[in-house]
Formats: sequence, structure tokens, C-alpha cells
Amino acid sequence: MIVVELRKMFRRPRTWATIAVLNALPLLVAVLLLLTDLAPRAGQGPPFLSAVLRNGALYPLAALAIVLPLFLPIAVAVVAGDSIAGEAQAGTLRYLLARPVGRTRLLVAKLVAVLAFVLVTVVVVAGVGYVIGSTLFDAQPIGGTSVSGTPLTSADLSGRTLLAIGYVAVSMLGVAAFALLFSTLTDSPLGATMGALAVLVASSLLFTLDAASPIAPYLPTRYWLAFVDLFRDPIQWRDITRGLALQGLYVGVLLAAAWANFTTKDITS
Amino acid sequence: MSAVITTSGLVKQYGRLRAVDGIDLDVQAGDVYGFLGANGSGKTTTVRMLLGLVLPTSGEIELLGERMPRAGRRVLPRVGALIEGPAHYGHLSGRENLSLLDAAGRGGSWRTRRRRVDHALDQVGLGGIGRRPVKAYSLGMQQRLGLAGALLRRPELLVLDEPTNGLDPQGISEVRELLLELHRGGTTVFLSSHLLAEVEQLCSRVVVLDRGRLVLQEELATLTAPTGCTVVHTPTPERVRGTLDGRVTSVDGERVIVRGSDPAEVNALLVGAGIPVSGLALERPTLEEVVLAAAGTSPDRVEARP
Ligand SMILES: Nc1ncnc2c1ncn2[C@@H]1O[C@H](COP(=O)(O)OP(=O)(O)OP(=O)(O)O)[C@@H](O)[C@H]1O
Ligand SMILES: [Mg+2]
Repeated sequence: MIVVELRKMFRRPRTWATIAVLNALPLLVAVLLLLTDLAPRAGQGPPFLSAVLRNGALYPLAALAIVLPLFLPIAVAVVAGDSIAGEAQAGTLRYLLARPVGRTRLLVAKLVAVLAFVLVTVVVVAGVGYVIGSTLFDAQPIGGTSVSGTPLTSADLSGRTLLAIGYVAVSMLGVAAFALLFSTLTDSPLGATMGALAVLVASSLLFTLDAASPIAPYLPTRYWLAFVDLFRDPIQWRDITRGLALQGLYVGVLLAAAWANFTTKDITS
Repeated sequence: MSAVITTSGLVKQYGRLRAVDGIDLDVQAGDVYGFLGANGSGKTTTVRMLLGLVLPTSGEIELLGERMPRAGRRVLPRVGALIEGPAHYGHLSGRENLSLLDAAGRGGSWRTRRRRVDHALDQVGLGGIGRRPVKAYSLGMQQRLGLAGALLRRPELLVLDEPTNGLDPQGISEVRELLLELHRGGTTVFLSSHLLAEVEQLCSRVVVLDRGRLVLQEELATLTAPTGCTVVHTPTPERVRGTLDGRVTSVDGERVIVRGSDPAEVNALLVGAGIPVSGLALERPTLEEVVLAAAGTSPDRVEARP
């Protein structure tokens, strides 16, 4: 079943179109940077962007930081929101369940497919970022500099980049869990996607609001950008571990709710 | 004979509406079972409950001898279904759709998958279908593809909810031939349909639903058994009344109903009296008459309360 879901996901033109669009933005930013030579000052704009003119090897991280706040969550919400509701809207859900495919199995397969999409997307964005960084900018293949200014060996840098990719993927899993839950609640994929995005927008908005500071540590988007801390010297694990724990909590609760709803629901689509 | 579908006291409540209200079905192996009822009488809801898609509010279902929905994993692979029209992934070809559906569930090696898919496509007359995506199929082709999906696992029981919807007369007759052939091969068919002529030609047993209640469950042969009257067509109905006084039960234009279950005897009397007879037949109720008599108005008529 998991293989079937992966086949469906990656045989869909939409999946690849989404990934292509996701990569267009970092490319555009790179071209603009190159043409104008106007990098944001350190500490402003997306993280890492100020450093890439000096060292293109950081561009994969800059690319992730560019798509992370908006583009990546939208893509994940679209794909995860479509997972059950899309089948319901197309009417194929009833045929799958009558085939029969166990409801739990279907949900797990959908989750794995979404996870695969997240991983592929993040890796492709990082990969394209690497290509852009090493062709358009001066890359220093022998290591780089940390955000704190100290030098990093290239092995260190690639190790930390892998960790960052993993962290971003986990953050996106939280988005996927929201969208998947909404996807079992409605027969409209658009509704499920919008629901998940509404949660994220609300969370980002509350994060900027002082009055919301008591709940700020529990907002799903709170620790998203903590992957930057992986590139400090020494690595600051505090926000990263909190981010992982928080996402784990959200994913666990939301998936349990999605499961409880989906396995007891009347399929009338 | 063994029971293929039995339900007892099956109820589905949607809010305040009882879509299905205490249905007791009894489908035996080898039946072609006609499931009739007006729009909104609860046919699709019942079919969904049989397949474990909708959970009954109360009542019990046994499918192929096992309790549903609990035994769905064991029972449903032996059942082929078409539920309220076909549904496919529009951007994939018909063959890929079937192959995905086949791979989605247990059973059947992937080595023989191609053969299964080809066989099912041949059965519904789509054997030569190319790589066109399903969204470019006509309605009839989609319906055929849906049917192919139901036949994919060579099921013992076919549950078909309006399988001939959207098909042209040729298509309908092809599907009828196909179902009869499968039936000869031992498949039990549970067919919900609005096309009474269709059901009349196919089914051995019919049930009629009215607003979620079962109002009739009977052998078709019994329902349409001769009434004991003879229908006479004649240009001079008044003279028939004169000759067979007392035996004429009704006159409708040139159509006269005469009591008596032997047309030859009636004919002899009329010819003896020199009355021209242009047509003569045993009177049988049509399925349409039976169904209309059993069920009230369509529950989809929502009339304003005074
Ligand atoms: N999900 C639902 N929520 C509320 N009511 C529903 C739902 N599904 C069906 N109904 C109601 O249940 C009744 C039976 O519907 P059902 O679809 O089973 O009828 P049907 O016999 O298949 O009709 P048709 O011949 O038009 O297909 C209808 O009155 C319908 O409005
Ligand atoms: Mg129906």
C-alpha cells in the first residue's frame, strides 16, 4: 500500500510542479543578489543570505531559509490536505476502502507518502541551492564559516547541513499532521489545506504579539528557524531540542485524532 | 444454497432522517437480486453499509457468512463493487488505474497483475484501450472501467449500484450479457437499479424499498405471475362485453380484460360470435405496476406543508 501511495504521489505532475515552483524562488533570489550585489546586512532578511556572497557553500541553507516561512508549508499543506480529502472528492476513497484497504493502513501509507514528499522537497531545495551556490557564487570548498564567524571544516558543514535538512523535515511534519487531520474531517482538499494554513498564519501572527507571550513557546511555528542554531559555534541545542519535542507532541496528538476520526467515520463521498 | 447477504433489522439514521429503516435482506448464492426503490429510498446507503463504508446505527450484516464490518478484511476481497458511479484518477490511464487498485489490497501476485487487468478490460470491452488518461474517457467508458475494477478479483459476489447509468442501449445490453454470463459462471449479483426493464430481464428475485423500509421481497416469477385474466384486443369492445357478459372486468379503448386464464377458450367464444380479435394474451402485471403499487410517491419529492 505504501508503494502504491508513493507511486501515486510521484507519478502526479502536480507533485513535481510544486517542487519546481519551490526551487524557483531561491533561484530568483540568487540571480537578484548576483545582479545587484546587494546582500541583506547580517542579521536582516532570511538567515544565511548575508553570508552567501562571501561563501556560496552556505546557499543550500539560505535556500531552505527562504522557502521555509511560506512556500514550503504551503506545499506541504497542499499535499497533505489532499491526501484523504482528495480521494474522497474524486470518489476513489470508497473504492480503495472496499478493495479493501484497512483504514489505518491507508492513513499510514498517506502519511509515509507525505513524509517522502517533504524529504524529497527539502533535499531537492538544498541540492538545487548547492548547485546555485557553487555555480553563481564563490564557493569555498574547503569548509566555510559558521554564523558565529568561526571557521568550519567542509565535513562539519555538510554534517550540519544534513542535520538542518532533518530538522526542517520534522518541522514540516507538524504542518503535515495538521493538514492530514483536517483532510479526514472534510471531503474538500482545499478546505483541509486552508485549515492547516490558517493554523500556521495564526501561529506566526500570535508569535509577534506580546500579549500572546504566555502561549508563545507552544505555537507550532515557534522553533521553525531554530535550525540556524546548528551553524553556531558551538551548536546551541536548546531551541532545537525544544522544537523537536514540540513538533513530536503536535504530530502525535494530531495523528491520533486523525486516526480516531478516520477509522470511525461514515464514508459518504 | 447458502446465504450470501443477510441483514437483520438494519438501520441507518442520519440526524433525524432514517435513511434505512429496519431492512432484512436475504440473498442466496446464485441469485441475481434486484434492489429497487425510488430516488432517496436508501439503496446506496444500504450498499455502503454492506461494504463497511457506512457504519449501521443498529442491525446486523452477514456477507458471505461473516459478520460485517468486522470481517471486512477477509470478506471484501471476494466481493466486487460499483458504488454510485465509477471513480478513477483522471490523469492516469485506465490500465494504470486498475493496476493501482489491484496493488492497493492484499492477494494476487504482482506477476499476474497484468493478466488480471487485461482480462478485466477485455470482459467489459475495453481491451484495446490505449494510454489515454481516464479524464478523456466518455461517460460510458468510465462506467465500463468501473465495472472492470469490480471484476478484477473475480469476485463471488458483485454488488452493483446502478451499473448501467450513462450507458447507451447497446452498452446496457452488453452489460446485461456480461452479468448473465458471470451469473452462469456462479457469481451472485446484487443489482440496484432504476431501470425496471433491466431488472425484469436479469433478476430472479427483487426487493423494493420505500423510504428506507422494505416493502416487497419476492421471486420475480411470482410477482409477474399471470393474474388469471386474458387481454383481448379488438376493434369492437362493446360486442365483447355483450357476448362475454359478466366476465369483462375492464375496457380501455380497444383493450378488454376478460376473466379466464385460457386465451384459447376466450378466443373460441369470441370467434364463434363473429367478433374480430386482433390480439390475445394472458394478463401479467409488469414489474413497473408491481413496484408502483408497493411503493408510494418518491421520497425525493419534498412538498411544502400547508
Ligand atoms: N451523508 C448523508 N447525510 C444525511 N443524509 C443522507 C446522507 N446520505 C444520504 N442521505 C439521505 O438518505 C436517504 C437515502 O439516500 P440514498 O443515497 O441511500 O438513496 P438512493 O436510494 O441510493 O437514491 P438514488 O436512487 O437517488 O441513488 C436520502 O433521503 C438522502 O437524503
Ligand atoms: Mg443511489
